[in-house]
Amino acid sequence: MAVETLTQKPPGPLLSFWLAFRENRGAVIGLAIVCFVVFIAVFANFLAPYNPLEQYRDFTKLPPIWAEGGNWAHPLGTDPLGRDMLSRILYGSRISLFIGLSVMLVSAVVGVSLGLLAAFWGGMVDVIIIRVMDLIMAIPSLVLAILIIAVIGPNLTNTIIAVTIVYLPRYVRLVRASALSELSKDYVVAARVAGVGPWRLMIKTVLPNCMAPLIVQAALGISDAILEAAGLGFLGLGAQPPMPEWGSMLADSKDLITSHPWVMALPGMAILITVLAINLMGDGLRDALDPRLRKS
Amino acid sequence: MFRFLLKRAALTIPTFIALMFVTFTMIRLVPGDPIEVRRGERGISPERLTELRHEMGLDQPIWKQFIDYVWGLLHGDFGTSIISKTPVAQEFLTLFPATLELTICAMLFAIVLGIPAGVIAAAKRGGIYDQSLMGAALTGYSMPIFWWGLMLILLMSNTLHLTPVSGRIDLVKYYFQPVTGFMLIDSIVSGQRGAFLDVVRHLILPTIVLGTVPLAVFARMTRSSMLEVLEEDYVRTARAKGLSAFRVIGFHALRNALIPVVTVVGLQTGTLLAGAVLTETIFSWPGVGKWLIESIGRRDYPALQGGIMLIASMVIILNLLIDLLYGLINPRIRHGR
Repeated sequence: MAVETLTQKPPGPLLSFWLAFRENRGAVIGLAIVCFVVFIAVFANFLAPYNPLEQYRDFTKLPPIWAEGGNWAHPLGTDPLGRDMLSRILYGSRISLFIGLSVMLVSAVVGVSLGLLAAFWGGMVDVIIIRVMDLIMAIPSLVLAILIIAVIGPNLTNTIIAVTIVYLPRYVRLVRASALSELSKDYVVAARVAGVGPWRLMIKTVLPNCMAPLIVQAALGISDAILEAAGLGFLGLGAQPPMPEWGSMLADSKDLITSHPWVMALPGMAILITVLAINLMGDGLRDALDPRLRKS
Repeated sequence: MFRFLLKRAALTIPTFIALMFVTFTMIRLVPGDPIEVRRGERGISPERLTELRHEMGLDQPIWKQFIDYVWGLLHGDFGTSIISKTPVAQEFLTLFPATLELTICAMLFAIVLGIPAGVIAAAKRGGIYDQSLMGAALTGYSMPIFWWGLMLILLMSNTLHLTPVSGRIDLVKYYFQPVTGFMLIDSIVSGQRGAFLDVVRHLILPTIVLGTVPLAVFARMTRSSMLEVLEEDYVRTARAKGLSAFRVIGFHALRNALIPVVTVVGLQTGTLLAGAVLTETIFSWPGVGKWLIESIGRRDYPALQGGIMLIASMVIILNLLIDLLYGLINPRIRHGR
């Protein structure tokens, strides 16, 4: 019996991660909701009953089914132009997730590269990169995004560019700090002594050991990007109509707040649920990946 | 300490130079020549155009323009608004008290509720209070605040008729000359009956909306910082001495747990000062955030440029002050490196 336990392998990294992640109930719920939203986004064209841009002029400002006068043909009602709210919200998940994922991917890739460069080269390169990042952080995020949009013009691509620039410093500083602390460790010295070249040292030796905080940052970065982009959309500086973006849908309908509140309430609810689910998942990721916090 | 102060202050100089460079470049990247924007739809004679260009210094070489720009900034010249023709700095200063007042109220709201919530959650870790408080905090943190603001208006103003929808005061009922620019103070100074209460009623919803995210951040931060401190030996000693749980948590542990929270409070204040854009837009609050957004709509680029310069400078200086304060509280920071 004793021999048997000794020969038993310790759980692999993925399994041990899952076991730690599973302990956090909120994180699992968050993950489930995120999967659900991703499913909706991927299959929006099959799930949505109507084209999100099609205007049914005979059915404008229809309330949702639970309110008086609701119609099963449009379960969540219609907006002032007679577009089906359910379809618009389902398609909106595509845009929001697309923004969140692209911002995360681009800023993570660029941020990791700049952070590693700053940590490895040091000197002038480091100073310049860190100064630029400090500058970006000195301007409040939404104001900077607005400034960038003012220069390059409001549309979906530019929203992604603006939000990416705003969130870049977080990744750069994170990667630089963890790479610097790794660089002083013995295994890196050993690799250097063994004659490992700088690129290999950077990407294969050091980077994998900086991954844990990076993954957490990336997950939370998605939700922040979705919120920021929705805020820009709300100000009319993000995705432009008729695109069914949740933030701009809200902006379009804010004058209807007294007469037809659901047109405004529904897209906001969609943003809140999506962002909350990603944040729940992100918290779980952090607890599971950060051994220092794992016990708490 | 003095060396630390100097070193930290010197670090902001390159940031300032870069900031000036960015705002200078920005206005040249914006589509549309400033003169073209000025002349509007009606035509303008070529002579007048050259004259205007000369007036604005646009016929100078680009490096000369940059030096002139920096020179102007150093002398407090942040440009002149195209639309109102008033200096940007002056316009900014008349609007800034509104933003500052709102920021201070939102910050107080967030601190007064957030820190105790974090302490309670840490003290009752894992329990029902902890779970519900932290659930609420995460929800607040995930909140699209423009939607939150509209929902609150819907509930409090449209359905319950408890609070006004927009503005700082009921201009039909009350009017007084601004003395400090802070309505809370001005309304008392004016001596008009009911004016102060009206100002408070106008402040409630914007304060809640702007304070929601910082409230969530403070609650989460206080909780995790508190949990860390509660593990320390001196806390165990205090407990072993037989001090009440209230004394141990409220006095011994809280003092140390608050150190990281202080930094976050400072950083959040900087974000709020300018980040009030959305809140001010929803509640038609006449502050700098709303003014910035409107400047974009009016294509008033000098106002935008000057406004961003002023806001970013304020945030840089605020962050510097926080760092210095932090060095003062925590000797490890000022002696390390």
